[in-house]
Amino acid sequence: MPTLTDLPISTTPVASHDQYAIVNSSTSRFGDRLFYSICLLSAITVALLFLLVIGVQIHGSKLSFAAFGWKFLTSSQWDPSSDTESYGALPFIYGTVVSSLLALFIAVPLSVGTAVFLTDLAPLKIRQPLVSVIEMLAAVPSVIWGLWGIFVMVPWLNGNLVPILKKTLGFLPIFSGPCIGGSMLAGGLIVAIMILPIVTSVSREILRSVPDLQREAAYGLGATRWEVTRIAVLSYARRGLMGAAVLGLGRAVGETMAVTMVIGNVAQIKPSLFASGYTLASVIANVFAEASSDLEISALFEIGLVLMGVTIIINIMALLLIRAFETPGSRRA
Amino acid sequence: MKKLLLTGLLGLISLASASAADALLINGEGATFPAPIYQKWFSDYNKANPSIQINYNADGSGAGIAAINNETVTIGASDAPMTDADLAKAKGGKILHFPTVAGADVLAYNVPGNPQLKLDADSVAGIFLGKITKWNDPALVALNPDAKLPDADIVVGHRTDASGTTFVFTDYLSHISSEWKTKVGASKDPGTKWPTGQGGKGNDGVAGLIKNTPGAIGYVELTYAVQNKMPFADLKNADGNFVTASLDSVSEALNGAKIPDDFRFSMINAPGAKSYPIASCTWLLVYQQQKDAAKGKALVDFLKWAYGPGEDEAKDLDYARLPSSLVDRVTKAIDTIKY
Repeated sequence: MPTLTDLPISTTPVASHDQYAIVNSSTSRFGDRLFYSICLLSAITVALLFLLVIGVQIHGSKLSFAAFGWKFLTSSQWDPSSDTESYGALPFIYGTVVSSLLALFIAVPLSVGTAVFLTDLAPLKIRQPLVSVIEMLAAVPSVIWGLWGIFVMVPWLNGNLVPILKKTLGFLPIFSGPCIGGSMLAGGLIVAIMILPIVTSVSREILRSVPDLQREAAYGLGATRWEVTRIAVLSYARRGLMGAAVLGLGRAVGETMAVTMVIGNVAQIKPSLFASGYTLASVIANVFAEASSDLEISALFEIGLVLMGVTIIINIMALLLIRAFETPGSRRA
Repeated sequence: MKKLLLTGLLGLISLASASAADALLINGEGATFPAPIYQKWFSDYNKANPSIQINYNADGSGAGIAAINNETVTIGASDAPMTDADLAKAKGGKILHFPTVAGADVLAYNVPGNPQLKLDADSVAGIFLGKITKWNDPALVALNPDAKLPDADIVVGHRTDASGTTFVFTDYLSHISSEWKTKVGASKDPGTKWPTGQGGKGNDGVAGLIKNTPGAIGYVELTYAVQNKMPFADLKNADGNFVTASLDSVSEALNGAKIPDDFRFSMINAPGAKSYPIASCTWLLVYQQQKDAAKGKALVDFLKWAYGPGEDEAKDLDYARLPSSLVDRVTKAIDTIKY
């Protein structure tokens, strides 16, 4: 999983370390060594933690892997009844991927639009208050979003938005069928709202790092505001913005509580976004506490492993996509 | 002065630790449904007998059965009696079942206007098999001629977590519908075998789903529905009468149920004019042969207390108490515990 530092987020150029190298008394050298050791220890701890988590997951899922093998990934059965016990992850993988992509599809344009407004268009006076508001969104706990989703968003969706979608785009399979209670659409929408703040603030940082020279040059060529934004800013920052989207995707895949509360929790694969779904994270949250058979617990560990795998695969694919989009003109901003 | 304070403090600490060490610790684990009354029992019993302290970890019936089978606790608790296969895994010999209190599942719903609905076995099975999909289905209209049932979709709500509540409800469906029995069966968590419906975690998850989804129907524990003022359906029982779920109609079902000597029984569809059909007991599980004499004696003393003053607390906590005839039989069974 890429961390913030892996992503092509620009920083202002920093002078090389050598410039600051201090050749001084032995005490400061000891201090440096101590500092180095402490930092090294922190880095090792983080790496160890990650390995430990993976190790525990693999160990925990042994039983399930022995019982189902790779069929675990392609089976749609989740049946804890003792006489016919059988587990498969496919509907959960589908639910996770679809709800995350839907979230991204909604959140990225909104976030980039907000970021452009905040860096290039908004009057200086309202920029900071607006930024604070967006950052406050990030501080709202997941379960609160879930409650809001159940009480406000889902009834509004099913009562207002869904009928309109059905009337206008009902011929598309993704907008077909009844929409009752929780749905994939609701799950995707709630995740979109939750990843908005991070995608917006990262996008804003990236747009702010676009040199003013770029903008001035475009204005100098007689470009309109829209053309300046499109040619000089967005195109220049394309790679960084994709990085922001990947970061959002990483968050979306693992989002649990709020999604669980609005997605319906039905392990099925239906093309319609109006149908209920189920995600990998949700099934762990829902089932783990009361799971009693060893095989079911093991299957849940394997679900955790699959969730990690899905996250890694999505991130790799996104990074490849970014690389493919990299044109000679758009350098690493 | 300081020294004096310090000695006093040290004395207090040693006193506290001494009394904690003297108390006999007994561990219990299992079902969440009876956890409120068990916790009250254990705390009240500890107040009356400070030398005995019983801890209870409410982490589910399955965990309770596993814990007693592996002898990690002295008292197991489960909302369903152990199966023969479960009992065969017991490491400490014969396990005794003691029914403590009873509860019920109700069908709570959210229909415009929320009229008082009546349902029978066929209509409940039809709804949960996904065959009755509209509120104005002729079968529902025939049962409820006075209610204005809308032309709206029925949304079924069920639990996503393994639960005794689900077991009792699917056990009921298995009793009343052969199709359910072969397709789904009685299970704590049917998983993807649920023919229809959306999932919520816990009673509160299902209740939330029902409350916020017009046209929803789902099963929740009786006490949960009462405390949250949710409307629930009257059900037709084995004798053909429509019965409202209540502690009294659950006790009636207990009276009517046929109970074997090992106390492993189902009270689904119990006979009796006023018996509510979807009711169940919850059980404490203990080994007949106790390995620790002191703990064994304390356990027997506690159980005797539970079936005396303990049962009187049931109603305050919204549980149906056992009829006195059953209490007499259970008390005799407690005497067979050896230590």
